[in-house]
Amino acid sequence: MDLLYQIFIDPFVQMGTAPDLLVQTLWEGLVGGVLYSLIALGFVLIFKASGVFNFAQGIMVVFAAMSLVSLYGLGIPAFVALALTFAIMLALAWGVERLVLRPLVNQPDIILFMATFGLTYFLIGFGELVFGGEPKVMIADQLFLPRGAYDIKMLGGFVSLQKIDIAATVIASLMVAALAVFFQKTRIGRALRAVADSHRAALSVGISLEQIWVIVWFAAGIVAIVTGIMWGARSQVEFSLQIIALKALPVLILGGFTSIPGAIVGGVIIGVGEKLGEFYWGPLLGSGIESWLAYMIALAFLLFRPQGLFGEKIIERV
Amino acid sequence: MRAPSSEVLAGQVLLSVENVSLSFGGVKAIRDVSFDIRKGEIRAIIGPNGAGKTSLLNVINGFYQPQEGRITFRGETREKMRPYAAARGGIARTFQNVALFKGMSALDNIMTGRSLKMNRGFVWQLLRHGPALAEEVEHRRRVEEIIDFLEINAIRRVQVGRLPYGLQKRVELGRALAMEPDLLLLDEPMAGMNLEEKEDMSRFVLDVNNHYGTTIALIEHDMGVVMDLSNRVLVLDYGRKIADGTPDEVKADRNVIDAYLGVAH
Repeated sequence: MDLLYQIFIDPFVQMGTAPDLLVQTLWEGLVGGVLYSLIALGFVLIFKASGVFNFAQGIMVVFAAMSLVSLYGLGIPAFVALALTFAIMLALAWGVERLVLRPLVNQPDIILFMATFGLTYFLIGFGELVFGGEPKVMIADQLFLPRGAYDIKMLGGFVSLQKIDIAATVIASLMVAALAVFFQKTRIGRALRAVADSHRAALSVGISLEQIWVIVWFAAGIVAIVTGIMWGARSQVEFSLQIIALKALPVLILGGFTSIPGAIVGGVIIGVGEKLGEFYWGPLLGSGIESWLAYMIALAFLLFRPQGLFGEKIIERV
Repeated sequence: MRAPSSEVLAGQVLLSVENVSLSFGGVKAIRDVSFDIRKGEIRAIIGPNGAGKTSLLNVINGFYQPQEGRITFRGETREKMRPYAAARGGIARTFQNVALFKGMSALDNIMTGRSLKMNRGFVWQLLRHGPALAEEVEHRRRVEEIIDFLEINAIRRVQVGRLPYGLQKRVELGRALAMEPDLLLLDEPMAGMNLEEKEDMSRFVLDVNNHYGTTIALIEHDMGVVMDLSNRVLVLDYGRKIADGTPDEVKADRNVIDAYLGVAH
């Protein structure tokens, strides 16, 4: 009985008695969720256009952040370094298309998936060679990212909002809006959606798959830069950060692999769920709940909506 | 019956295929086939199932690369086509089992047919301003013409995945027409249609040929349709060419009758 009380009643009593803590937890969950969304977004872009699950998205985030910090370290002004990082991600997209995707065209998806594993380990090794293995500090101040926090008095307590988190949320929203406009309103966006729907039909109207692939990988690279800056500013930039790629998995399962809104909503659900679980239920199980809770949430969703919240409905004729 | 006009029969060759062979591993899909398509004609390709008709279309627009033979299109000879080069050169096509962009509206599907004709950078397009806006408006006008022509005004905003099969085929034809092709390849444009839909589609094919002067190569199983529409007919069986000529000639050909009805042993 006592255990049941602790699981089903006590956390909600706590939420009710300290609403300011609840708001703080929700906010932190939201911010964490936005960052998950950003990673998931990179996956969705590439998956939509080429059907490839790009395992290398995580290392692309680290690689972008490392490039930015290291270029700045060479004495290059921050915004010039940022521009150069864009150029590096474009070169990476082009290289991936030439050296990885093009020779493997028409191969089964699993082959391409394995190729992205190869790409991941290549980038880790190459990156450590070039940038060195030690952690680096993101140049947040130089990019005029805000620091400090707003303390808002509410609900009989204080809720503390980190300015960098607010900035991350705003920038992420702007980027999603920009991507949505790009996909819906331009010829290239139309071509991207076309390629996602049917490769051979796209080819038949003269859409160049090579060009489209470079564009999506570059778009995923831009998402990686933004993610790298935001994530790096909250902790530090190091190669072990590439493991956040795995955090995107439950988000994708939840949101559906092909949906941009799905990535956003999925990320927020996972982020908020993780923080709530950690704060209110975590003490019952000892710590470490956040390393697996996201997967549990995703698993529970899978039982009811195998295609994800926004994924295309799977209709099978039998 | 459509009388083959002497003009067409004497016409210029738009595309010629010489000694093309295509195999997949041990399966020989096309064996040493040569034929040509003349400017302005409607060319039918017929044959029993598995005769290699679709493979032949795929060779022409570069989806398949043949192991042997040459393809000459508009005077340019090459060993194999590439899909992009084919589209650029003015070859459009439809597919046997409809390949549309299912998530998009009919209008957007047809707009993708203009991909190669739109040149303005995407920054301009995002801004929807200046030259890009003028360009978009011009392309929209052409697409609206096609929509009117195919009588699909009512469904322009409908997601094509929801449309009935007959209308999907019409949208697919619209997308191909939006490319303003010199050569239009139609893979079984009337398969799975009822009589009324077939008649509509036949009318569209003839109109495209008459009004736009588009050269058409079509695969079709309905012999009535083939005999009515086409100027010349190519007959394939087991990947080989067994007859080539006007509908009347082909109809009377011994090999063709054997292929379709079977040979007495």
